[in-house]
Amino acid sequence: MRPFSYTKARVIEDARQITADESAMAIAGGTNLLDLMKLQVETPHKLADINRIGFDEIKKTADGGLSIGALATNTATAVHPRVRSDYPVLARAILSGATQQLRNKATNGGNLCQRTRCFYFTNIDQPCNKREPGSGCGAIDGIAKLHAVLGASDQCIATYPGDMAVALSALDAQVHIATAGGSERTVPVRDFHCLPGDTPWRDNVLEDGEIITAITLPAPVGGTQIYRKVRERSSYAFALVSIAAIVEMKDGLFSRADLAFGGLAHKPWHDLRIAEALIGQPPTAQTFDKAADILLEIARGYGENDFKIPLARRTLHAVLEHAAEEAA
Amino acid sequence: MSDTISINGTQHSLPDDPRRSLLDFVRQDLGLTGTKKGCDHGQCGACTVIVNGIRINSCLTLAVMHDGDEVTTIEGLGTPEAPSELQKAFVAHDGFQCGYCTPGQICSATAMLQEIANNWPSDASESLEGEMNVTGEEIRERMSGNLCRCGAYANIVAAIRDVAEESA
Repeated sequence: MRPFSYTKARVIEDARQITADESAMAIAGGTNLLDLMKLQVETPHKLADINRIGFDEIKKTADGGLSIGALATNTATAVHPRVRSDYPVLARAILSGATQQLRNKATNGGNLCQRTRCFYFTNIDQPCNKREPGSGCGAIDGIAKLHAVLGASDQCIATYPGDMAVALSALDAQVHIATAGGSERTVPVRDFHCLPGDTPWRDNVLEDGEIITAITLPAPVGGTQIYRKVRERSSYAFALVSIAAIVEMKDGLFSRADLAFGGLAHKPWHDLRIAEALIGQPPTAQTFDKAADILLEIARGYGENDFKIPLARRTLHAVLEHAAEEAA
Repeated sequence: MSDTISINGTQHSLPDDPRRSLLDFVRQDLGLTGTKKGCDHGQCGACTVIVNGIRINSCLTLAVMHDGDEVTTIEGLGTPEAPSELQKAFVAHDGFQCGYCTPGQICSATAMLQEIANNWPSDASESLEGEMNVTGEEIRERMSGNLCRCGAYANIVAAIRDVAEESA
């Protein structure tokens, strides 16, 4: 690990001040950042430890929703009684990720900011436009099993690896950010992560000095909530394809179908047209295929990850079929 | 706020170098070599310790981030003369071969039994709410952060199950 100076932030202003410097980073749980620092993928000159600045509460919002502190741990969130009863898709998504030891340390803000597990990104001997702009992309024509089939660019085909954000996307959660200037802004989680385009180093919309303070969930949405994760091992593996689904049926037809997809792109994938195509339709193979056609309209494989396209279609079929049965 | 950290009930000053992981601090600075370094990247669980009652990977956290915290390592759970229930069960069931992953397995399982007692769900839980059951499937899922390269898993699960059923 490269040397760095370490400061324990007491209040959020400390953290904002330190991290306004582009060579500085905030550290919370540290499970991803320290891993990357050991690999010298991340080489911050300064670390601001934000673990003692608060923002770790999980509490009801004025409109009956739930505010989840950025510094609450993944475990505290998944086991919270209201998350378990009112937002099971979120609890399930969190519990499907990593291990208990990691979830005990990982924070919600850090989880949103975690970096891709692309092998070229995490190996400093390899080219990677995300880690070293202009060095090329090793994954295109390389080892690309985990990589994107939606929304990739000719500069980067990495995927966002998280599960929690996929459920948050289905729930249409909001990300609250303290800006460097001391004000606040709110970004829908669906717009928080970026596509790689020609700025693949940019994972999300956070600017230097900005810190996530909370994530808010809408008032309980009900419905049948499912998080289905397809992976190579039955535990402790990243998603090849995952689907967060919130489904309701009325008179045998879909009346709600909020879906978000993990493992397919540089961000949790959400396409409003899928819900539009499902609502009012019966749960038949034809309906599921139509939804999959929309999801995969622009899908493109890169050799090793070609399988993700039919896998996403089949997983969508399975989830919709299961959800329709449960919701009926 | 203090500049000290409690390890198995003894106060220690925090290291000067902020790069020191909690794992290296415990092993190298304090000589408590029960906690093992396997992968040093949070993948194997050999470094699992219990901080304020919660199990974490000590390789993926900086010692300086733990001022005022109470850390329990395998040395704090039992001794050869007075082993903990889980330690006794691992011996009785032959829950190891080379033994390198064992301290992490036992620290992890100790905290895991508390998580089950708290009725925290896992990915393997049928329901997110209510009382959690100690099935083999639950133990395997909840212990998936602790690898055993010798493959002593069947006996590890049996040892944990024994203790879980006794304390239930």
